[in-house]
Amino acid sequence: MIEFTLWDIVRNLVFATRWTVLLSLVAFIGGATVGALILLLRISPYPALRLLARGYIALFQGTPLLMQLFLMFFGLPMLGLRIDPWTAAAFGLTFFASAFLAEIWRSGVDAMPTGQWDAGASLGLGRIRQLRLVILPQAFVITRAPMVGFLVQLIKSTALTSIIGFEELLRTANAINNATFEPFKVYGFVALIFFALCYPLTLYARRLQAAEVKARR
Amino acid sequence: MLPGGAFGWLPGASAAILSGTATTLMLIAVTTALGVALSILAAAGQRSGLRLLAFVITAYVEVIRNTPFLVQLFFIYFGLPGIGIRLDPLTAAILAMTLNMGAYTTEIVGAGLDAVPPGQREAASALGLRPALVFVKVVLPQALKVIYPALNSQIVIMMLESAVVSQIAVRELTYQADMLQARTFRAFETYLVVTLIYLALSIGLRRALVWIGRRKLAVDAP
Repeated sequence: MIEFTLWDIVRNLVFATRWTVLLSLVAFIGGATVGALILLLRISPYPALRLLARGYIALFQGTPLLMQLFLMFFGLPMLGLRIDPWTAAAFGLTFFASAFLAEIWRSGVDAMPTGQWDAGASLGLGRIRQLRLVILPQAFVITRAPMVGFLVQLIKSTALTSIIGFEELLRTANAINNATFEPFKVYGFVALIFFALCYPLTLYARRLQAAEVKARR
Repeated sequence: MLPGGAFGWLPGASAAILSGTATTLMLIAVTTALGVALSILAAAGQRSGLRLLAFVITAYVEVIRNTPFLVQLFFIYFGLPGIGIRLDPLTAAILAMTLNMGAYTTEIVGAGLDAVPPGQREAASALGLRPALVFVKVVLPQALKVIYPALNSQIVIMMLESAVVSQIAVRELTYQADMLQARTFRAFETYLVVTLIYLALSIGLRRALVWIGRRKLAVDAP
């Protein structure tokens, strides 16, 4: 048996954290891209498209992320893609994030006074340009706090991908624990690393929120 | 893949699915009761004026909210035996879920307590009610009414999060799905059916909570 010092445990865990960070970033960027499309459907003038987007959001917000990951993991191969934890994790978290981000931005669009749309229209802008130049930039700015808040949720959610076999922080911890039999230390450190990733973002979200409240007064 | 064969396992699986669903509902019912009770104590403690107590409670809330539930669950189930605390899977799951839910609802309950105008407290004291009675009879009911919709969302979120307790072999809905797919070799179909059950559960649970709120607490529908 290999001897693990405390330093070995910490070093391996910190090293595995890059996959947690990378997956979070990929899912956040992917989720923002898909989420922007869902947002456009959600605020479309056509009721059928709005209904479609609402159904999409309700589906992802009303089912466990673990189930979504399982469906990706076992469903993607049926579409001819290879079973691969990284692909399933990245796709699963991207769709999950897209539903939440679309809903967050939708609340921002809803918060825009109709005067903003009217002002755009009076400048001769069409609906698309009203959205692009007037509504969306402001909607993104006022929803920064919940966006960062959701990023925290997304980082925490990456832990679930360990269950479908993606080698991120928690899965590495499970392997180290099996070798060292020091679960208290190992899972304690995992919690500490997640906290170190998430807490600064939580504080940042709180600061954005406070600034937003102040700006509205 | 034959369309008839893909879901041929379903009738034979109904007992397992039902028992898993019942366990999931039991877990969320117990967690809701314990978690809300914990958060009422924690929110009151934060506002007690005792600096150390308030700090400890805030630290608990922040640690739970900034770490994954799955890690909390593993720490409790696999980690605590390392210092001599051994829990069976069901107890560990309920403890982890309660601590997790309690942290989120502490914030919610706290916001509710802050929303009750101080005049209510003063009026109740002026009527000669003891401080504990003022809290239980006057402040808390009004706070709960304000936060009821937010509390509902948290209960539904926790129900969905509870899927991961299958990882420590608690026989709830996801665990039953894992067992079924290993037997039927229809992983996608099995998880699809169970996902739809979760969707129905979350919609049903939300409706039930809104109904209860309207009937029993006179809360307006969100």
